[in-house]
Amino acid sequence: MTITSPPGQEVSPIAAPKAKSQGGGFLRYLITRFLLIIPTVFILITVVFFLMRVTGDPITAAMGGRLTPDQLAARIHEAGYDRPMLIQYFEYLGQIFTGDLGRTLSDNRAVTEVLTTYGAATLELAINAVIVALLVGIPLGLVAAKFRDRYPDAILRILAILGYATPVFFAGLILKLVFGVWLGWLPISGRADWETELTLTGLQSPSGIYWLDALRSGNMEAFWNVAMHALLPALALGLLTGGVFLRLVRTNAIGTLGREYVEAGRSRGVSEFRLTTKHAYRPALIPIITVMGLQIAMLLGGAVLTETTFEWSGLGFKLAEYLTARDFVAVQGIVVLLAIIVAVTNFIVDVVAALIDPRVRY
Amino acid sequence: MTTPTLPSSAGSRFKSLPVISHLRMSSGLQRGMLVAGLVLCAVFILSSLLAPLLAPFGFAQSSDASGDFPRQAAPDAKFLWGTTSTGYDVFSRTLFGAQTAIWVILAAVVMSLFIGVLLGLISGYLGGWFDRIMVVLADAIYAFPSLLLAIVMSIVISQGQSSLFGGIMAAAISITVVFIPQYFRVVRAEVMRLKAEPFVESAQVIGASPWRVMFTHLLRNATRTLPLIFTLNATEALLTLAGLGFLGFGIEPTAASEWGYDLNRAMSDATSGIWWTGMFPGLAIVLTVMGLTLVGESMNDLNDPRLRRFSRKKAKRITQSAQAGASK
Repeated sequence: MTITSPPGQEVSPIAAPKAKSQGGGFLRYLITRFLLIIPTVFILITVVFFLMRVTGDPITAAMGGRLTPDQLAARIHEAGYDRPMLIQYFEYLGQIFTGDLGRTLSDNRAVTEVLTTYGAATLELAINAVIVALLVGIPLGLVAAKFRDRYPDAILRILAILGYATPVFFAGLILKLVFGVWLGWLPISGRADWETELTLTGLQSPSGIYWLDALRSGNMEAFWNVAMHALLPALALGLLTGGVFLRLVRTNAIGTLGREYVEAGRSRGVSEFRLTTKHAYRPALIPIITVMGLQIAMLLGGAVLTETTFEWSGLGFKLAEYLTARDFVAVQGIVVLLAIIVAVTNFIVDVVAALIDPRVRY
Repeated sequence: MTTPTLPSSAGSRFKSLPVISHLRMSSGLQRGMLVAGLVLCAVFILSSLLAPLLAPFGFAQSSDASGDFPRQAAPDAKFLWGTTSTGYDVFSRTLFGAQTAIWVILAAVVMSLFIGVLLGLISGYLGGWFDRIMVVLADAIYAFPSLLLAIVMSIVISQGQSSLFGGIMAAAISITVVFIPQYFRVVRAEVMRLKAEPFVESAQVIGASPWRVMFTHLLRNATRTLPLIFTLNATEALLTLAGLGFLGFGIEPTAASEWGYDLNRAMSDATSGIWWTGMFPGLAIVLTVMGLTLVGESMNDLNDPRLRRFSRKKAKRITQSAQAGASK
């Protein structure tokens, strides 16, 4: 591996157990890889559950100081937090299986409802950011590889490091200052104007992803409004990930550009542009797909910060709110959901990688 | 990770020190990047050491003999980088922020290095069920968004807010938990590879105890790539600390100065066009992370002979000396 940062980017985040025989093939890989999701999610749920309970019960954390000790004890007893920890744990596991994550303490909503309401916003942000990252990372990475060790490469590499070094919230701050306050071109917070938001949430069976809803209802004005709001957050989060992609594409394209088949193409008179964009590009993409799995984890972490920066009412924004309110039932629910998302994406990514590159399948 | 090429044994001990040897190996653009990184790191370390001397005011000082400081005052002669909404001097807070950052980075990296290397050694060498459990656990934690894990940890340790020492330790431990799997994976993989080497087997045959094999034979060999991971993890520690601070889970502003927290406060200033409260702590984060990354990145490239580049002069010298050696 020649990529250094973020550290430890080995190809697969989950080491699949090596199948003993060479045979078995894809189906076998698929099944073992799928079964590995279960311990991952299970471990994370367990770790989070016990960590959150080590410090005390959620009700004292959320309501401590606001209720008298008697009231507090009554509430704790009512919610069952005075029972042995293990019983609570197994009950919690059971609840998760039935899709019930409890009710939030601060605003008394079902955690699952919170997740579905705000999950779509986070998904939208993540999709936008990935689009930005790919648009920025792949072409610029190819340029850097093509002009290896010359000025375009040096500038791009420094920009990529800059992208990695800038925390999303600082990037957000600068974008807000420049495009929102000084130039006044773009809105600096929220997902849409409240009128647009009202129209879009009032649609029949909305997906919650605003631009999709706006397109489906053919409301171009709403789409424009949503796109304007989405631009800055997508840039802030996308440039961070884009820097990682740029470096990856660069290193891999340097590898493929030196191969014999590229040289063979050149001797046949294939243009340099085509050599870079077709011959060297495709094989350089495979590592990107695998690393994308790891990026999802980083993206979700970044989304928490981006949403807080731009008051984008997604899971991360709510998570920060619930953290401030010390509502640990809600925090736990959100963390568990994110754990599942990360595990499932990693699975999908590994499967896609195996489909593309048979060598992965042991 | 790549196996580092050892610098030639002819040089003195000083010349074979990690950063020095890399500097000697480098040339052109690579040297420029390495030097730039080293300069940025030096500025960071110096400002953290000299903060009490350089800073005109304390990090939580909002008044002096001449009265209360103005709030959100633009940069001027007295307040070089302006003041915050609570009347703190931005320049002083940014300087002291380096101090907090360096403590957290050192504590986090040292702790995770110690635990991660130990677990990696034991797990890789002994194998068996312990190894299997550790690998699954480490993978599960590794795959999880590190910031979320750090948030959970900081809830556990300090319920969010705390004093200077408590806050630094809470942030450091939160980050440690995230890092342990990384060191663990690297060291374990190296140990697995080295386990089959003849020198380990001969030690076993002589009757060396497992502990002796692990700590005298494997430890030194398995930890060669770690300086690299160190610089990279230092950047991640800094970014995680800032992220925690930004979400309000860091150190209280009166206990220590922390860049992420200051940026959080600066967010609402930005909407009214006040740029100085956020710009300086933000730039401090960016430049520090950049410095560390440039050093780590250059060292990595220089360790990999395929990526190492020589200047034309140096390449000529090498070929000449090789020819001279061959003709002897």
